[in-house]
Amino acid sequence: MSDVPPLPPDAEQSESSGPRIGADEWVARSGERSAHAGLVGRVSASYERVPKAAVFAFFVVLAAMVPLLSAQTANDQYFLRVGTVALLFALLALGLNVAVGFAGLLDLGYIAYYGVGAYGFAMLSSDKFGIHWQAWLVIPLVVVVSALLGFLLALPSRRLVGDYLAIVTLFFGQIFYIVVTQGYRVSLLGLNNDLGLDRANWDLTGGPNGIANVDRFNFFGLTASSERAYFYVTLVAVVVVFAALSLANRSRTGRAWRALHDDALAAQAMSMPVNWLKLLAIGLGAAVAALAGTINAALLQGAFPDDYNTQVLIIIYAMVILGGAGNLVGAVVGALVVEVLMLEGLRPQTPLSDWTSSGRWVVYGGILLVLVATIRPWRRLGAILAGVVAFGVAVHLIVAATTAHGADGLLNTGPVSYGDGGWLGWLIRHWLALPADTYATGTRAPFNAALVLLIVLVLVLTLLHGWARDLLMIPTIWLAGFVWETRLVLEASGPTRLLLLGAILIVVMTARPQGLLGKPRVEVV
Amino acid sequence: MVPAVRAVELLGYFQDYQLTWSFLLDQLVTGVTLGSLYGLIALGYSMVYGILKLLNFAHGEVFMVGGYIGYYVLTWLGGATDPKLPIGIVIALMFATAMLGAGGLGVAIERFAYRPLRRKRAPRIAPLISALGVSFCLQQLAVILFGSPPKQYDSFAFDGGSFFEPITIGPFRIQRMQLFVIVLGVVLMALLTVFVARTQTGRAMRATSFDIEAASMMGIDVDRVIVVTFLIGSMLAGAAGVMWGLMFQNISATVGFQVGLIAFTAAVVGGIGSLPGAMLGGLAIGLGQSFAIGYVSSAYQNVTVFVILILFLLLRPSGIFGVPAPQKV
Repeated sequence: MSDVPPLPPDAEQSESSGPRIGADEWVARSGERSAHAGLVGRVSASYERVPKAAVFAFFVVLAAMVPLLSAQTANDQYFLRVGTVALLFALLALGLNVAVGFAGLLDLGYIAYYGVGAYGFAMLSSDKFGIHWQAWLVIPLVVVVSALLGFLLALPSRRLVGDYLAIVTLFFGQIFYIVVTQGYRVSLLGLNNDLGLDRANWDLTGGPNGIANVDRFNFFGLTASSERAYFYVTLVAVVVVFAALSLANRSRTGRAWRALHDDALAAQAMSMPVNWLKLLAIGLGAAVAALAGTINAALLQGAFPDDYNTQVLIIIYAMVILGGAGNLVGAVVGALVVEVLMLEGLRPQTPLSDWTSSGRWVVYGGILLVLVATIRPWRRLGAILAGVVAFGVAVHLIVAATTAHGADGLLNTGPVSYGDGGWLGWLIRHWLALPADTYATGTRAPFNAALVLLIVLVLVLTLLHGWARDLLMIPTIWLAGFVWETRLVLEASGPTRLLLLGAILIVVMTARPQGLLGKPRVEVV
Repeated sequence: MVPAVRAVELLGYFQDYQLTWSFLLDQLVTGVTLGSLYGLIALGYSMVYGILKLLNFAHGEVFMVGGYIGYYVLTWLGGATDPKLPIGIVIALMFATAMLGAGGLGVAIERFAYRPLRRKRAPRIAPLISALGVSFCLQQLAVILFGSPPKQYDSFAFDGGSFFEPITIGPFRIQRMQLFVIVLGVVLMALLTVFVARTQTGRAMRATSFDIEAASMMGIDVDRVIVVTFLIGSMLAGAAGVMWGLMFQNISATVGFQVGLIAFTAAVVGGIGSLPGAMLGGLAIGLGQSFAIGYVSSAYQNVTVFVILILFLLLRPSGIFGVPAPQKV
C-alpha cells in the first residue's frame, strides 16, 4: 500500500501547477499497471494477495516477540519501557487519527482527554482519597466520562467552521492544565465550612506535584506489576483499538466521516447528520486517549501535569502527520518512528542513544534520507555529497591553518572511536571545523547566528531551482552538520527535539501532505 | 437559607479592599490597558482570518519575537538604567526595530509556510497544522536562541521609576506607562482604520476579504494584498510585544502562545474579520481578565477568558460585530 506508482509523463508536467487533469483516470488504472511494473511491482502484487488479517497478525506476533529480544540485552527494563511508551504513543496517535484523519477536525484539546484518563484513574485507585477500585471498573468508567467530556466540548462549536473547534479545544487543553496544577487548593467560594466540609481548601489533583502512589492495574485479583506486563497490556490495547478503528473506518460511519472530511456541506446535503458525526469522532478519540491515560498512570504509578501539556500534544500531532492522517498503519508507524528515533534516540545517555551516538546518526540519516528521496538522478546526489565532504575538508584545513584553536574539536562520537578508521575515519573527523569546548567558554552568539543562517539558507533553498539549488545545498548541508555538532546536540533532550517535531509538521504539510504512508488525494476537477 | 442572607454572606468572601470604589476603578484601568494590547494583537488575527480564512497560530509568536527584539535594542543601547540616548529616542527605536523585525517575520511565515499550501489548494486542515508547526518551532527556537529564563526589561528603572508613578485623571489613578500603552494602542488602531478606509491598498484589502476570487478577477494582486496584510498585522503584534515588555518588565519564549490564544479569543468575541470587533473584543477580554484577577484569583484568569469564549459561541457565535455569514456553495 505504500508504493506510489511513478507519474505518467503528462501528469508529471502538470503536477506543479494546480490540479492534475486526468489524474483520476490514471489512478483508477494504477492497480493493473503496478502489477506489471518490474520486480517491485511483482513483489507488491503478491503482497496484495496476502489477506490483510494475516499481515496484521504477522506484525502483532512480531511486536509480541520484542520482549523476548530485549531480554537478551543488558538493558532489558529500559528497552521494555521504550517499547511500552512507543505503543502508548501509537494508541494516542490512533485515537487522534479519528478526529484529524477520518473526520478532518482539528482537535487540539486531545491532550486533555489523555490527562482526564490518567487523573481519573489516579483519583479512583490510589492513596489520594483512599479509594482503590479495580482497574476493570475504573477503566470503562473513565473512558466513558472522557468521551462525554469530548461531546460536551464539541457541542458549542459544532455548528461553526472547523477553526472555532480548533480554538475551543486548544483553550480547553490549556484550561485542563491550569485546573490540574491549581487543583490542590479548591475552595468553593470560601464557603466550604458553611457546606459542612471539613477543610477550607480541598486538594483534588495534587497541583504541580501530581498524584503519586497510584495502584498498578488490578484485574479480578491479577495485578500487572512488571514492565513486561505493561508492554503486553499496551500491546493488547493497541491491537484492539486498531481492529475496532479499522472496522469503524470501513463502516457506514467511517464512509460518512470521509465524506465530512472532503466536503462537510455536500455531506449535509446528502442528509448525513454532520453535527452528530463530528461529536462522534471527537468522542471516540477522547475515549481512546482516556484509555491511554489510564495505562500511563498505572505504568508510572502516578499522574503528573507535565505529561499532559501542549508539548505532548505536538508530539502526537507530529506522529499522526508524519505517518499520514487518516491512515491507521501510518499513525502506528509514525508513533514508533518518532518515539524510538526522535524522542529516545536524541535523549542523551540512554542505551538507545549510545547506539545512535547521541542522535547524530538519526540526524545525518534523516538528512541523507530526504536527499535520497528528493534528488534525482543518482549522480547529482553523489556530486552534492562529494561536494559537501570536499567543502568541509577544505574549510577545516583553512580554519586549522589560519586560526589557533578554530578546528580543535574533532567529532566526539560517543563510544565509537574514529581515531583509526583509515581515510574514512579521517574524513569523518575532518569534514567539520569544530572549535573545542564551545559551551564551556560560554560562547553561544556565533553558533546562534549559524543556526539562524542555516534556517535562512534552508528557506532560500525552497525558492531556488536547478544548479543554483544544488550549489547552495553544499554549504547548507555542511552548516547543518556544524550547527548540530556545536549548538543543537547540547540541548538535544529539550528544545531541539521539539523544534524538529514542529518542523515535521511544516515540512510534511508542504512537501507531502499525505504523510509517509498515505496515498495522495486525487482532486477531481 | 434566604437568598438575600446568602448574598450578604457571599460578600464576606471578598476582602475589604476589594469592595472599595478605587479598587474597582484600578481594575478598570488595568483592564483597558490589557485590552488595548490584546486588541492590537487581535487585529492581526482578524485581518488574516478575514482574507485567508486561516487561523494563524504563529501570530502569538510574532508578538513574542517583537518583544525580544525590543529587549535586545534596549540592551544594545545601554539598558534601562543607563541608556546611551534620551529615553524617548530609545523607546522610539525599540518600537521601530521591533515592528520592522516582526513585520519581516510575518511576511516570511506567509511566504514559506502558507503560500506553498495555497498554491497546491491543500485541504483546509493543512495550513492549520502548518501554522501550529510554525508556532511551535518559533517557540522552541526562541528557547534555544534566547534561553528559557525570561529576559528582564527593567523598565522600572526608566527615568528613576517615574514611568510607573500613578497620576490622577478625574476619578482614575493611572500609571504613566499604562497611559502610554493605551494612547499608543489607540493611535495605532486609528492609523490602521484610516489606512483600510482611505487608501487604495486598504480598499483592495477590503475587497479581497469580501471575496478573494472576485477580487483577483477585478485585477487586484491578491498575493500582494496578503503580504501587506501579514506585514501590517505582524507590525502591530511587534509593537504590542514591546509594549508588553515595557508594561510587565519581562518577555519569555512561552508568553506568545498564551497571549496569542487570548488575543485570538478576543478576535472571535469581537466578530472575526471585523476590525472594530477585534478592538472591542480585546477590550472586553482585557476587562474580563482584569476583574477576574482582582476579584476571583489570578490563577483562574484564563478560565474566565475561556468561559467568555464559550458563552459567546453559544449565544452569539458571530461575535459582537460579526454578521452571520450565509454558507455559499
